Amino acid sequence: MDFFSVLYYQFKKVWKAVRLYLVIAGPGLVVMIADNDAGGITTYAATGAKYGYHLIWFLLLLIPVAYYVQEMTVRLGAVTKRGHAEAIFESFGAFWGWFSLLDLMIVDWLTLVTEFVGMTAALGIFGVPAWLTVIIVVLLMSIIVLNGRYWTWEKIALGFCLLNLIYIPAAFMVNPSLSDIAGQGLIPNLPGGLTNELFFLLMANIGTTIAPWMLFFQQSSVVDKGLQEKDIKMGKLDTFIGSIITVSIAIFIVIVTGTLLHGTPIDDAATAAKLLMKTNHYVGAFMAIGLFDAGLLGAICISLASSWAFGEIFGWAHSLNTKVKEAPWFYISFFFTLATAGVVPLIPGAPLVLITLFVQVIAVTLLPAALVFLILLLNDKKTMGEYANTRLQNIVSTIIVVSIIILSTLYGVSALFPNLFQ
Amino acid sequence: MRTINQFINKIREINQRYAKPKVEMSRAVKFSLAVLRIYLFLLVVLMVYKFITVMNVL
Repeated sequence: MDFFSVLYYQFKKVWKAVRLYLVIAGPGLVVMIADNDAGGITTYAATGAKYGYHLIWFLLLLIPVAYYVQEMTVRLGAVTKRGHAEAIFESFGAFWGWFSLLDLMIVDWLTLVTEFVGMTAALGIFGVPAWLTVIIVVLLMSIIVLNGRYWTWEKIALGFCLLNLIYIPAAFMVNPSLSDIAGQGLIPNLPGGLTNELFFLLMANIGTTIAPWMLFFQQSSVVDKGLQEKDIKMGKLDTFIGSIITVSIAIFIVIVTGTLLHGTPIDDAATAAKLLMKTNHYVGAFMAIGLFDAGLLGAICISLASSWAFGEIFGWAHSLNTKVKEAPWFYISFFFTLATAGVVPLIPGAPLVLITLFVQVIAVTLLPAALVFLILLLNDKKTMGEYANTRLQNIVSTIIVVSIIILSTLYGVSALFPNLFQ
Repeated sequence: MRTINQFINKIREINQRYAKPKVEMSRAVKFSLAVLRIYLFLLVVLMVYKFITVMNVL
């Protein structure tokens, strides 16, 4: 073969792989980018405002952490064709199944409330009243979900994922010093030593990177999309690209607040957006738009994670490929979760701080269980066959899971007893 | 009333369907589940303690 024939053959091969990836891509990208939800944006904004660029290296470490945990759900979903909730019920019995399902329901609902809090605060910056934001969100999500096709839902969700990239131009607009980012951010360091405050923020960053709903969502999403064993390779690539994008977005947020708000105490991302508007109106507006989009993406995924899980266990039709008439309970549970969570921020004097605290604490009861079940299921050679964890995968995933459990437990306990580690 | 009965029956049916865990109960699985139970028990104790102390303050 001459040179051009070889080149053409290689091009065809790569193009075929790219086309295959584009067909399979979705669950990994959506779950990873939705991971940067309203709570996540607040954590990253606070990290940059408090420690400047100094913790960028730590965020980079979260890429393999997120990838290794989430890719296991791709294999499990593609091989078993069951969601995480159903897999737990079937493999570990009704006790652990109910525990996981009810815990998931509570965590998801509380997290959904925090997403609505973030969205109402974000649009509040532009003068949109909270009640109108809630109505807009519920209507928007109805349009997205009720179209009766998983494919359409996924493409719309990916559109919102693209909007999440708004932090990239925002970071360029604040003219950060590249030498400072490289010098301070890429060399591992603990600014001011390992203080309680720094430790709490590190734990918060891990807590926002791996959330219980993500495991349930991605596995159910893989099943609903109909991924097969042959698609696992591309599904893993999808998850890997998603984990790089999610951490990159987090880094760009840190760069924005680290450049303009370094040394300013930040309680939430909406406050950060307001403060940024005083320095650069567009950057502040971008931060607010990004916060709304993050809350919306989080809400889309979290409410679906619960409905999928309920459908799996109760035997209801539970696919986005079904119409309302075919799967009434799936859609009823979806809108019930959404509407009840949306109402909470509208209640005057609602205990929103307490709810945020509860999210952290209750997530700690579910996350370790879900992660342990995940590793045990991936070691069930009878079910997983050649896709079971290898020894190396077990070592890596066990180290990651044990570290996450220890740190998230400390995070949850410190949220319960703020003075314990002082 | 009928709906509640249907719901209870559904829960019973789910409990029966998943009464027996399918995963092979190896030593590692048993150990992991035992550690998980202890971990969750301790967390619940901490939460109850926190709840009682908050109620006392109020």
